[in-house]
Amino acid sequence: MSEIDLATFKASPFGTEICQTDILEAFEFLDDWEERYSYIIDLGKSLPAFPESEKIEQNFIHGCQSQVWLIHKMDEADKKLYLLIESDAIIVKGLAAVVLATFNAKTPDEIKTLDVEALFEKMDLIRHISPTRGNGLRSMIERVKLIAQNN
Amino acid sequence: MSNSTLNLDEIRQQFPILNQEVNGKPLIYLDSAASAQKPLAVLEAIEHYYRNDNSNVHRGAHTLGDRATKNFEAARDTVQKFINAKSRQEIIWTKGTTEAINIIASGLSSSLEKGDEIIVSRMEHHANIVPWQMAAEKCGAIIRVLDINEQGELNVDQLDSLLNERSKVLAVTHVSNVLGTINPVKTLIQKAQKNGLITVIDGAQAVPHFQVDVQDLDCDFYVFSSHKLFGPTGLGVLYGKTAQLESLPPYQGGGEMIERVSFDHTTYNVLPYKFEAGTPAISEAVSFAAAIDYFTGLDRAAVEVHEQALLVSAHEQAKNIPGLRIIGTAKQKVPVMSFEIEGLHSSDIGTLLDQQGIGIRTGHHCAMPLMDYLGVSGTARASFAFYNTLEEVDQLFTSLAKIQRMFA
Ligand SMILES: Cc1ncc(COP(=O)(O)O)c(C=O)c1O
Repeated sequence: MSEIDLATFKASPFGTEICQTDILEAFEFLDDWEERYSYIIDLGKSLPAFPESEKIEQNFIHGCQSQVWLIHKMDEADKKLYLLIESDAIIVKGLAAVVLATFNAKTPDEIKTLDVEALFEKMDLIRHISPTRGNGLRSMIERVKLIAQNN
Repeated sequence: MSNSTLNLDEIRQQFPILNQEVNGKPLIYLDSAASAQKPLAVLEAIEHYYRNDNSNVHRGAHTLGDRATKNFEAARDTVQKFINAKSRQEIIWTKGTTEAINIIASGLSSSLEKGDEIIVSRMEHHANIVPWQMAAEKCGAIIRVLDINEQGELNVDQLDSLLNERSKVLAVTHVSNVLGTINPVKTLIQKAQKNGLITVIDGAQAVPHFQVDVQDLDCDFYVFSSHKLFGPTGLGVLYGKTAQLESLPPYQGGGEMIERVSFDHTTYNVLPYKFEAGTPAISEAVSFAAAIDYFTGLDRAAVEVHEQALLVSAHEQAKNIPGLRIIGTAKQKVPVMSFEIEGLHSSDIGTLLDQQGIGIRTGHHCAMPLMDYLGVSGTARASFAFYNTLEEVDQLFTSLAKIQRMFA
């Protein structure tokens, strides 16, 4: 669990103001790859800042090509898990935003039942979580599920 | 149009895989340095082998076995001719470049002593680093590193200061898979030889681009992979001078590599079979010969002219992309262009080019020590083969400009 204060985590709009349905609705109006990826890039740019001090091995997700970090904090009051993700690749950050829209600010039990694969499928981005893609996205999702298991 | 005499339309018809759409766009394959595409001749040779000749080699008392053996051994002759080796027994089949280097490094580790030095260069592929580290660990040898300059060229003069009485092996790449640099290996080999070193040249990225003559180079070992030379995967070549191969211990034990086995004593087979334990990659060898025949049947001078035209065009157009930095600007290069673009991660570039039908490679390219030296976590790499067109190079840059606009 991260030492960063809860307020920093809770500033994230993903999973609260921006949920799966918001992303899907926005995506429906985009008709070519350029618009879709521009949207992903914008999502990536809108990810909340990740504390520099937390870019450490312990939070590192071993993907292949880009660097990815993930931290979490449990709010003992509402029993929800709060997540922050960082990457040096913008598209990976954009895809992380989709992951966060799904899992952030949810209880561990909710996380266990939530499915992000179906969303990526609908968005025609499923290839990004195929095991052959070395972008760490799959490991990112597995890490979130593991955190939910352990909390 | 290229100013060469290659008929690209005709050539591209020989590579059916190139004629497809990827993500709704015509495929532009710029990753031949990772694995090259295969001409029809190779596909047909594989099919012909399995339809007509398939059986085990060197043992059958029947006609198919004779045919398979004849074609398999003829493939060895084709490779011998291709690199101008002195004799056919100097051509050993391996799984690839990686296995070939492992055979050499593991074998030499039994004759190297504690404190002996193995020289590799800063620009090596992990395949020409890790086997030497493993060998060094076994025998107590030390790895020394030959450095490179800003352009990505080897510091040839530094070799003189690295050489001493403990230097035993020089293992360098002929061509860098990241930088495209063609190294002056002949000069390096001569310097090393004067000091009695064993010389090992990684030719994986060289043989697909220019003619290599191992007798002229006079190296002790030269290795390369079939799949980068328009042949099938799972096959490579270990060339070694007869005397070197004679003194190198076998790598694996089993069938084929023995002369006589008893529980008291086993004697090994003669070259090249001493290093070829088990049933070899027969269809691969046979179809690899078809790849070499196809390749050598092209106007090789025209191939080189065309490939250089692709590279020059890429380097020229790179200037039009603000923030693009070419990594590797050696004077002598094969058509490989590594680059980074300010503000973009190489994986973002790769993903967005793929959306436009363009396949490049991104990441560390199995050369992490080089990445560390360059101070980058990875690069984007476009690598060209003779079947690529100047129009494809143009399209690469049109697509890169588009990506840059998306991030603006
Ligand atoms: C310079 C160099 N050496 C060695 C290798 C390893 O070749 P293979 O994977 O075919 O064994 C490669 C391939 O990426 C290479 O580019």
